[in-house]
Amino acid sequence: MTPLLSLRHISKSFPGVKALQNVSLDIHAGEVHALLGENGAGKSTLMKILCGIYRQDEGEIIIDGKNCDFHSYQDALDAGIGIIFQEFSLIPYLDAVDNIFLGREKRNRLGLRDRRGMVAEAQRLFERLKVSIPLDCPIVELSVADQQFIEIAKALSLDARILVLDEPTATLTPSEADHLFTIMRELRQQEVGMVFISHHMEEIFTICDCVTVMRDGEKVDDCDTASTTPDDLIEKMVGRRVENLFPKRRCDADYDDVVLNIEALRLDPDGPEYSLKLHRGEILGFAGLVGSGRTELAMGLIGATRPRHAKVSMEGKPIKLRHPATALKQGIGLLPESRKTQGLILPFSCRDNISLNNLTQFQGTLPLIKRRQESRTAAELMDSVRVKAPSPETPVGNLSGGNQQKVVIARWLGHQCKVLIFDEPTRGIDVGAKSEIYALMKELTAQGVSIIMISSELPEILGLCDRVEVFYQGEIAAELEGENINSQSIMHHATGGLSV
Amino acid sequence: MSQLASTSSATPQSFKTRLARWRRTPIFYPLIGFIVVFIAMALINDNFLTSSNMTNLVRQSSIIAIIAVGMSLAILTGGIDLSVGPVMALSGTVMAGLMVAGVPPSLAIILGIMLGATFGAFNGVFVAFVGMPPIIVTLATMGIARGLGLIYTGGYPISGLPDSFAFFGRGSLAGIEVPILIMIAVYALGYVLLSHTATGRYLYAIGGNEEATRLSGIRVSRYKLLVYTLSGTTAAIAGLILTSRLMSGQPNAGVGFELDAIAAVVLGGTAITGGRGMILGTLVGAMLLGVLNNGLNLMGVSPYLQTVIKGLIILLAIYISRKRSP
Repeated sequence: MTPLLSLRHISKSFPGVKALQNVSLDIHAGEVHALLGENGAGKSTLMKILCGIYRQDEGEIIIDGKNCDFHSYQDALDAGIGIIFQEFSLIPYLDAVDNIFLGREKRNRLGLRDRRGMVAEAQRLFERLKVSIPLDCPIVELSVADQQFIEIAKALSLDARILVLDEPTATLTPSEADHLFTIMRELRQQEVGMVFISHHMEEIFTICDCVTVMRDGEKVDDCDTASTTPDDLIEKMVGRRVENLFPKRRCDADYDDVVLNIEALRLDPDGPEYSLKLHRGEILGFAGLVGSGRTELAMGLIGATRPRHAKVSMEGKPIKLRHPATALKQGIGLLPESRKTQGLILPFSCRDNISLNNLTQFQGTLPLIKRRQESRTAAELMDSVRVKAPSPETPVGNLSGGNQQKVVIARWLGHQCKVLIFDEPTRGIDVGAKSEIYALMKELTAQGVSIIMISSELPEILGLCDRVEVFYQGEIAAELEGENINSQSIMHHATGGLSV
Repeated sequence: MSQLASTSSATPQSFKTRLARWRRTPIFYPLIGFIVVFIAMALINDNFLTSSNMTNLVRQSSIIAIIAVGMSLAILTGGIDLSVGPVMALSGTVMAGLMVAGVPPSLAIILGIMLGATFGAFNGVFVAFVGMPPIIVTLATMGIARGLGLIYTGGYPISGLPDSFAFFGRGSLAGIEVPILIMIAVYALGYVLLSHTATGRYLYAIGGNEEATRLSGIRVSRYKLLVYTLSGTTAAIAGLILTSRLMSGQPNAGVGFELDAIAAVVLGGTAITGGRGMILGTLVGAMLLGVLNNGLNLMGVSPYLQTVIKGLIILLAIYISRKRSP
């Protein structure tokens, strides 16, 4: 069977970097093809070449046996390639119909928009996907999953026969992801070829027929998912066997020493009242679905949103949660959920990012910054969290996701923080960097720091946490300890006690 | 580990790497643009490069240049201050009014500058604590300040100021004219603030990513309040020079100055979206505008055509710097 799409011997260099070297890839009709690799392995570059954003230095793109030469994104669309990026390209205040037909509206005989015709067409598309989405509701009011389905419908309306899904499940809840997989199976029936990029092994084995593993710009292997195992794939991805992704289990918690005692905390006047204890050296997990109120509580804990009512004490002394600055003074720090929009100052160098909330330490009698001392401390902190960067002056935007996250962590190590809140610390980070961040967290607890970790990845919760609070619809549904921390019980409580 | 940090400064560098580093700073292209325009003007006009014309040029530019320091702070943090022209006029007329009423000049100056600062702080409260967009807040207070100035003076200039007051606009110290000295002092303070203090770094951080700055424990609102207070203050200092230069308080002075100040900031390489820029770039930008004004005047170009030429040059300069900067 001739493949629908074949990429042959693609190479691409950027100044100083060989991004892709002789990569070949075949996609057949009705196939879901996983593309796997650490960040920086060249997946994105390959996909950008496929959709005409970059041009390959060498190699060819063949669709239906015809050699294609893409000069722009439009050329790729015309050739039947649809791509769903991580960041959607929908217009927030337009509805689904207007978004799907943006720029190519149907017209009636008078030359005006033929709304009825477009609605009918959109309905046909949604029927094809077997989804029901309100057609006249602005996109912003829809869930992320619905927005993604609209993106898929839009690609299909452009007669896409090859669909690239770049980490589509990163922002979906498990049930939404299942819905997406149903849609993908439907499309597979309809002979659409799909490229699926994901860091989640279980998803790859759930939905994909075959998998291509990339490392350092080269293809490492091609195989059917039926004939491989997750461990095998991880080994190929990182080039070594990750014996254990998680540091050795060891409890650093001292259960006689309560560091942070939240007796009562209420975010909304009529919201639920939270109460929990955090012990010295403990990793407390906040598990639950996306939107279950974990981040909101974390924001309340550092005073980024001011709680309505709070009775909280730190090492026995009552504290006020007014502003992240007061939290910092009390020794509470937050690594926010979104590195790029909440964590980093992207135009800044690594050094400036790290010293951001440490600057007052470098002042003498005059309020002037001692540059040399600042640089030295920043370099030491970068070293201690093992940031891989050419120099502390490197703009932080040039680093990979894992290294960026380490920069955010380093910022808090300059303070004697007693409590650190890690909100989704490994989102979008490759396996190697993940395990380094886990090791760092354990190093911190060994030094007596207490950690709250919010995570939607169950293996992370299971592998690291000493205790787990499970959130469901804004409330703490259960507190699990020891043997009770397992995927069944967490999912049970996270989904409101429904069957798993 | 500290090797990483020190390699760049310890090893002797080739001219090439140093040039490459220079090119990445936001001031590089503004400086090139300034030099090109300066040389062009010098070649076209014989009278351009005389020392009296140079002094004239810098003194004429000093008012916009001083206002542009406050504007730089506002733009760096991702904001803007449209009220600077009317605040300058209001502060100037109040100084003049107080002196005419018998208040000693030194006290009148202090009160006038404090009025500017207070007005700036008023902007700051709405921007920082109420969370309104700076362009809307300062657009509103722009009208308020202008109106207050006109009410205070009844619409007429206030003259009859004490002779000693002329020092700030017409005097000189050690052979340098006082407006130029004041401008240098304001820039020196601005430079130290932005490049050598924690506060300065926070201002860049707020422009770069306000949410991240707040979440890392910086009191963003306080620094924004400070920015608009300082912007009001520099406007009032410019008002001092103008009033002293004219020896009268002009309630209608400074129309369109906010636009010139914004042009100076942006010509100086500061990103209009904030987070990137240098205060010395703003000085270069203000001087570039000054050279254009002065040179075109010397050439006898009609004032109508001058504004067109200035506009085109601003567009060209920003086009080049946007294309070239990383």
